[in-house]
Amino acid sequence: MLEITLAHYLTVAAILFAIGIFGIFLNRKNVIVILMSIELILLAVNINLVAFSAALDDLVGQIFALFVLTVAAAEAAVGLAILVVYFRNRGSIAVEDINLMKG
Amino acid sequence: MIVQAFAFYLFASVAVAAGVMVISARNPVHSVLFLILAFFNSAGLFVLLGAEFLAMILVVVYVGAVAVLFMFVVMMLDINFVELREGFLQYLPIGGVIGLVLLAELVIVVGGWTLAPGTAQIAAAPAPAADAISNTHALGALIYTHYIYLFQAAGLILLVAMIGAIVLTHRRRPGVRRQRIADQVRRSPAETIKMVNMPPGAGI
Repeated sequence: MLEITLAHYLTVAAILFAIGIFGIFLNRKNVIVILMSIELILLAVNINLVAFSAALDDLVGQIFALFVLTVAAAEAAVGLAILVVYFRNRGSIAVEDINLMKG
Repeated sequence: MIVQAFAFYLFASVAVAAGVMVISARNPVHSVLFLILAFFNSAGLFVLLGAEFLAMILVVVYVGAVAVLFMFVVMMLDINFVELREGFLQYLPIGGVIGLVLLAELVIVVGGWTLAPGTAQIAAAPAPAADAISNTHALGALIYTHYIYLFQAAGLILLVAMIGAIVLTHRRRPGVRRQRIADQVRRSPAETIKMVNMPPGAGI
């Protein structure tokens, strides 16, 4: 219990990951919270990568986590930009209204 | 050891609680603030794992940039968030079931999993001893040599994202007077000055 091992970190990451998935289902109408849930999922992935990196004494895990952070930041920026443009055009960000491209 | 365990449980429990609040907060502004709290505590976990550089990157980039971006968007858009929360309880059971199933699967995987013997010996980039050089130094020595192309690609991704976000959100509003240098330079006295011959004592 007092010995913090790899499994402890993996458990935290698994719980955060499940919370993120749960959040996507829970806030099906609110794109902003869905984006935040995706950030939580990516955070859980990063915790996993860094935990393995520390457990195996391998720095590559941390480098990969760095790239995941980069891509997540880019994704958040572009996603929020799309959200702003969408809101400007439609006056709403409800997910159900986003079906124009269904044809 | 006790301090480390205490710090781990503190950071982990606060991070998980903040994660729960992110998805269940009524007000999206509160969601963003709880997201910041979750990031801070994850940075604490990273420090505990010895990844100081990533912890600082998480605080600087995520709390300093991404979370503030979320905050701007949440506060800039005039959205009726109460309306968006309709159906919250309707989605609760299915979401809860899926989340619990996923969590159970992950716990089963984590619980029944062991490292193959000798895994630690085949590390692609063995971490140097912590007292020899710092974590940041070791990461830099690796990123700028073996992973330089990936590093450049990451920079390119950020550039593309930046240009994409600007192109998406930039708009030319009609009716705004803006300075056009070319027009100003092209003006000639012939078309701008009008000579009027006024009789004395008369108004215009």
